[in-house]
Amino acid sequence: MPLSIEPLTRAAIATNRFGFGARPGDLAAIVGDPRGWLLEQLRKPYQAPRELEGLASSREILATYLQLRQERAEEKKRAELGLAAATLVEPLRAALVPHYVAQADARTRIALTSPDAFRERLVHFWANHFAVSIDKPICLGTAGAFENEAIRPHVCGRFADLLLAVERHPAMITYLDNQRSVGSNSVLAQRASRRRQGTEALRLGLNENLAREILELHTLGVDGGYTQADVTSFAAVLTGWSIGGGEGRDRAAENGGGAPGAFVFREALHEPGGRTVLGRRYEEAGIGQGEAVLRDLAAHPATARHIATKLARHFVADDPPADLVDRLTRIYQAYEGDLGQVSSALVAWDGAWLRDARKYKQPHEFIYSTLRALSVLPHEPKVLLASFEALGQRHWSPGSPAGWPDRQADWDGADALMKRIEWSVALAGRVGDASPAIAAAETSLGPLASEHTRSALANADSGSQALALLLMSPEFQRR
Amino acid sequence: MRTRREFLSVSAKIGVAAALFHGLPGVSFAAAPGSRPFVVVILRGALDGLSAVPPYGDPDYAAARGPIAIGRPGEARGALDLDGFFGLHPSLPLLGERWRAGELLVVHAAASAYRERSHFDGQNVLENGGDRPSATASGWLNRALGALAGRGIDGLALGQNVPLILRGPVPVASWAPSRLPEVEPDLLARLRDLYSQDDVLSARLDEATRIGALADEQGGGMAPAGTAVASGKTAANAGGVERLKLVAETAGHMIAAPDGPRIAVFDATGWDTHASEGGAEGALAGRLAGLDQVLDALRRGLGTQWERTAVLVCTEFGRTVQVNGTRGTDHGTGAAAWLLGGAVRGGRVLADWPGLALAQRHEGRDLRATTDLRGVAKGLLRDHLGISEPALAEVFPGAERVAPIKDLVRA
Repeated sequence: MPLSIEPLTRAAIATNRFGFGARPGDLAAIVGDPRGWLLEQLRKPYQAPRELEGLASSREILATYLQLRQERAEEKKRAELGLAAATLVEPLRAALVPHYVAQADARTRIALTSPDAFRERLVHFWANHFAVSIDKPICLGTAGAFENEAIRPHVCGRFADLLLAVERHPAMITYLDNQRSVGSNSVLAQRASRRRQGTEALRLGLNENLAREILELHTLGVDGGYTQADVTSFAAVLTGWSIGGGEGRDRAAENGGGAPGAFVFREALHEPGGRTVLGRRYEEAGIGQGEAVLRDLAAHPATARHIATKLARHFVADDPPADLVDRLTRIYQAYEGDLGQVSSALVAWDGAWLRDARKYKQPHEFIYSTLRALSVLPHEPKVLLASFEALGQRHWSPGSPAGWPDRQADWDGADALMKRIEWSVALAGRVGDASPAIAAAETSLGPLASEHTRSALANADSGSQALALLLMSPEFQRR
Repeated sequence: MRTRREFLSVSAKIGVAAALFHGLPGVSFAAAPGSRPFVVVILRGALDGLSAVPPYGDPDYAAARGPIAIGRPGEARGALDLDGFFGLHPSLPLLGERWRAGELLVVHAAASAYRERSHFDGQNVLENGGDRPSATASGWLNRALGALAGRGIDGLALGQNVPLILRGPVPVASWAPSRLPEVEPDLLARLRDLYSQDDVLSARLDEATRIGALADEQGGGMAPAGTAVASGKTAANAGGVERLKLVAETAGHMIAAPDGPRIAVFDATGWDTHASEGGAEGALAGRLAGLDQVLDALRRGLGTQWERTAVLVCTEFGRTVQVNGTRGTDHGTGAAAWLLGGAVRGGRVLADWPGLALAQRHEGRDLRATTDLRGVAKGLLRDHLGISEPALAEVFPGAERVAPIKDLVRA
């Protein structure tokens, strides 16, 4: 760490760049060893935050969804026969929205109160790397559970374990449509074509969505050297990776059942035989065939570089220094994808501790750092969640499997700035007089607050105006 | 349709703040009175052009599309006929009206320079206007604004942030309705001072202030009386399609205003129909019905300026010809695009149709792309906005051999 930078500045950088911003007292607490504070978070054994207690599991939520969808389908049939139809969509939303609100509220509370904010940031980073988006109705209830079940336990473990947990999670399976992807020579497809002989064959077949996004987004990266043939072949390998319950009685019985809403490998949907992916042959091994491909993808050099680039971009700069990316790539490979080691190497790199903040905060980072600086924890979950919506970043809603983008130009639109100003003014109007802005500046920015900003706060004509100015200052908008 | 008088009454309700903004120096748009509006709508996720504009006359269409094929015109929920070969999806009746009015030109089997199948690279190429992902860091519409420099034409992104197509050296505004209270001018003045050493934030604040004033003047997303949304509710409070309609209509007012921005972009997501896509009914049909209404709201918002407007509706690539194993379609190549507006020489389909038979497909699976979307964009920039051919070469680097398509707009 550059010794030219004084300790309190390093403490402010540690909390802002790697965490979700400082709470009152945080800077003083870690000033002795800011880097050690970060590294310690990576070494701690995983423990589920207590905010997650009492939340429903993805399996329960998905089972509810499947049940309601089934009822809705029956209702629709009755409606077509001229019988009275209740509203068809509302019960589904009504059942799922409370799960979403509870999950998003728990996530927000963890981000606002966690002393291990670096580790929590990594949870958000990986949940966004493996994004599922609630604009697909089947994911509305399960997006949060996915983060807690598949992401959280693995952010400091091996990438291969994280990858396997993600790709067999029901939320990812359903988000990328794999549950009904069927091999054309599978038991199910063969049976269906025999049954339908003479009529127009109901084509059962592949859906390549999951296979493509694993290669492009989750592992190798778009320039990672795969072809359309690799996508198709990998999609065949992944046939049978599905969920239990769902699509009607005969299917559940035929396809190997499985508990509704849980991951299940459906042998009957699986395309039999060996396949070649990225030049390597994978013999038939049921679910083991896909697992073997995923393990090899996790170990691939293109994956190492893809992950290293994204981590460096997220924490350090939109266009990260090449030597940092090289270093993280080497660490990833040397430690066989140990993400704790990769994250440690990031923190150990001196260039990550430059005083100049080069990352513009995304809306959620701005909200978290504001509320942490002020020690404000709204009581009503919906009030809190409305803030994320107003600033354009509802939890788990990036709208695509690529996740939220991570460069300033994606977030610094004129209107987005005005929304932040409006939000800051509204918040400051409520808490301004109780939270002197100058103290909040010391809490959150410490030596990072410029003289120019300090004098603007001192000259403000009210406490709430000073607070709004602090929150919208160039230093507070970056990390 | 709303009258100017109604705008004024809405503006009066919004009150003093807007007037104050308006009085600030250097905060009004300065559009040349003669400049013609140009709007680009990006459908993210890859719209299935074979459903949106079904080539029902192709002998291989019905068999390839099986359960999701759109029926022939005259059948129940069949296609709306265009020219005896192509139709429009039955969920697009308002677009059909534009066709009959001669204001819709359909482009089919078209694509950007991109031939792989990543949404994100595909959108990047569509927006950067080059021949590969990240070919340029700016978007082609921003470079077009650069080529128009000095003519007082401003750009606007509908949304909080600016999509790549409109990013670049020329400052552009963005706007989305807000449910948060308006901010005192005194605070904005203090922020302007606070940002005096920060080029990006100070530029954004200036853009936000002037577009905010214009939006307030033009309705600000307030629901017009008599619409489905209860009076007094803003677009920010409306949901789904209703919200988008109000945004589009307000955008139309803003673009049509004497000092409004003339070039605008908005985007809509949700077109990635890998499973249970549906045919004449179903998931995609619902999306298209919403889009149909949103485009019509834009037309209404533009009022008499619609006559002088061209709207380009495009997507990053098409989808597979063959329906997949889950009654959806996977990522493909050739796509459909629409050119819409009173300035468009419509009532025509522009397509060098490659056919849908196996041997006619790109890599045996996709609709081949026989029209380069950059040629469409070049033709519009040249003939609609008056950008010279030498300047076009800089707007679309690497597209020297892609000629501007002629006669897309009325003289």
